[in-house]
Amino acid sequence: MPHTLTINGRARSVDVDDDTPLLWVLRDVLGMTGTKFGCGAALCGACTVHVDGAPTRSCITPISSVAGKKIVTIEAIGRTPAGKKIQQAWIDLEVPQCGYCQSGQIMSASALLAKNPRPSDTDIDNAMSGNICRCGTYVRIREGIKHAAHGSANGKKGA
Amino acid sequence: MTVDLSRRQFLSASAALGGGLLIGFRTGAAHTVEGAAGAAFTPNAFIRIGSDGQIVLTMPYVEMGQGTYTSIPMLIAEELEVDLKQIRLEHAPPNEKLYANPLLGVQATGNSNAIRGSWQPLRQAGATARTLLVSAAAKRWNVDPASCRAQRGEVRHAPTGRRLKYAELAADAARMPVPASVVLKRAVDFKLIGTPAKRLDTPSKVNGSAVYGIDARPPGVKIATLAQSPVFGGRVKSVDDAKAKAVKGVRQIVRLDDAVAVVADHMGAAKKGLAALVIEWDDGPHAQLDSQKIVDELEKATLNPGAVAQNVGNVDSAMASAVTKVEAAYQVPFLAHATMEPMNCTVHVRKDGCEVWVGNQALGRAQAVAAKTAGLPLDKVVVHNHLIGGGFGRRLEVDGVIRAVEIAKHVDGPVKVVWTREEDIQHDMYRPTFFDRISAGLDEKGAPVAWNNRFAGSSIIARWLPPAFNNGLDPDTTEGAIDLVYALPTCTSSTCGWNLRAFRRPSGAASGRRTMSS
Repeated sequence: MPHTLTINGRARSVDVDDDTPLLWVLRDVLGMTGTKFGCGAALCGACTVHVDGAPTRSCITPISSVAGKKIVTIEAIGRTPAGKKIQQAWIDLEVPQCGYCQSGQIMSASALLAKNPRPSDTDIDNAMSGNICRCGTYVRIREGIKHAAHGSANGKKGA
Repeated sequence: MTVDLSRRQFLSASAALGGGLLIGFRTGAAHTVEGAAGAAFTPNAFIRIGSDGQIVLTMPYVEMGQGTYTSIPMLIAEELEVDLKQIRLEHAPPNEKLYANPLLGVQATGNSNAIRGSWQPLRQAGATARTLLVSAAAKRWNVDPASCRAQRGEVRHAPTGRRLKYAELAADAARMPVPASVVLKRAVDFKLIGTPAKRLDTPSKVNGSAVYGIDARPPGVKIATLAQSPVFGGRVKSVDDAKAKAVKGVRQIVRLDDAVAVVADHMGAAKKGLAALVIEWDDGPHAQLDSQKIVDELEKATLNPGAVAQNVGNVDSAMASAVTKVEAAYQVPFLAHATMEPMNCTVHVRKDGCEVWVGNQALGRAQAVAAKTAGLPLDKVVVHNHLIGGGFGRRLEVDGVIRAVEIAKHVDGPVKVVWTREEDIQHDMYRPTFFDRISAGLDEKGAPVAWNNRFAGSSIIARWLPPAFNNGLDPDTTEGAIDLVYALPTCTSSTCGWNLRAFRRPSGAASGRRTMSS
């Protein structure tokens, strides 16, 4: 049946089964390929988007559960203050390697920063532990979040 | 520098395979110049300068996180005298003559050798282009080329202060004769090489705009996912697809000999359809095979003599004289590469051609197997390479391309075949399992006098680069056994002069095992 969604501030209508995961609506129906498929079982975090500001694994989120909620994806996260800072920190510190997991990493990191502007190492670990990076960029991810939290001028350069 | 015998053997074998590669590079360059017709300046297969000012560098190695889309451009840009900000990158198309890795002999990104292979030829490519641009400017100004300098995408004539942008010189440069040799910059003059340049791919990787193979979306593309025989070598016995066909968004079920695919409007429907299939498998000749049986066979094989990779001195007598003997067995299991980006390949098969969208480390092979599977000549197969979401060697393989073409042959229009993570792990081209039996003899001081390493496992090289597999020895698997970092210092130490005649006898055993991983 048709579902009306609000994605990145825009109303979108899609006609798929109620239980269709949001991930496939984004990637295959709407062509928003920035959100990545990694596992389909909420185990890797590559598919993370924001639903009403909360980091959410879109690969197991049925489309019927997000009607009327605000969905934000990697394509628009730079429009939020926290997302913009995280993206810049990722560029400044050269966080990504292959980059495939980084959409999800950035979505988790920006959700953390929006709620907690000065996260401790423990806060970062808790927020980021569901995001896998096969290249092993974890050290730079943590530095990137601190860099974003403290502002480019005060953040540490390098990992 | 440590001489790595196995690697040397490997390289000589590869050189034989790729003989004439550098000549091929030069031939390709000359050919491209002739074909340029003045529209754009393409002095070789790596550089294209349009009269519109676009400086496009074609990347012979694919980016999968190692930074090659920054380091390779640095080599070219250094000699071409352009800023990294001035260039645009594109993936090389499949072409073994133009884009083969000089150290592998095939168009492949692997073995951590892109910079080693490119260091000379790609700087030369940049220098050739720069020389031609300078010559074109000098000719136009009617001055000595030696009085001109290339800098930041333009040629400058110092005495008069005149300047011409590369774009303005492109058409003329394309008509200049290619010099027989060019002078490369001295290391002290490097402006880019050796600097911590910012990665060129990072901005696209923080905003979702980077395009990996899995993101390819040719118009009208359908999405397919698949179930392959859970046992290697098995076959589909029967399929009940009634429930799968009833799933909203499912368009088609494709039955192959050893796999079933569900084609749908989106992956959600394809996965739901796949789950609704009832497939009965004939497990085939390997029905009774399991990991433990393979390990048992490998273990047994290490008790027998095998192909000798290296034999220094008389191990048997050294072992007999040893005060202490130590024995240990080591095993590594089959391992899946588990790339973050699950296996995928998008294919459009038409009667007269085939188009493939994939992120692959061996693009020439991808094209070759696509052509073979589609039953088309090579030149009718177009392959678009993409950023890779993790390679680790998994994407040196082309099984995923074959599978996607097999499916696409039954589909009207383009189809993107995406493996579920479960399928991706179960049907990896695994890192082979190995069994190592190591025995060492120690003297009264505890120093090693004899070292015997027998190991058995399957060879990737025998399948992937057969010319490098000689006398039952796979240099990829023997290199660690020959170049034994722990033993060498002892060997060269003056406190153990006796060991000049002692030492290692690693044996690659069990030739019958070597193709098991395929």
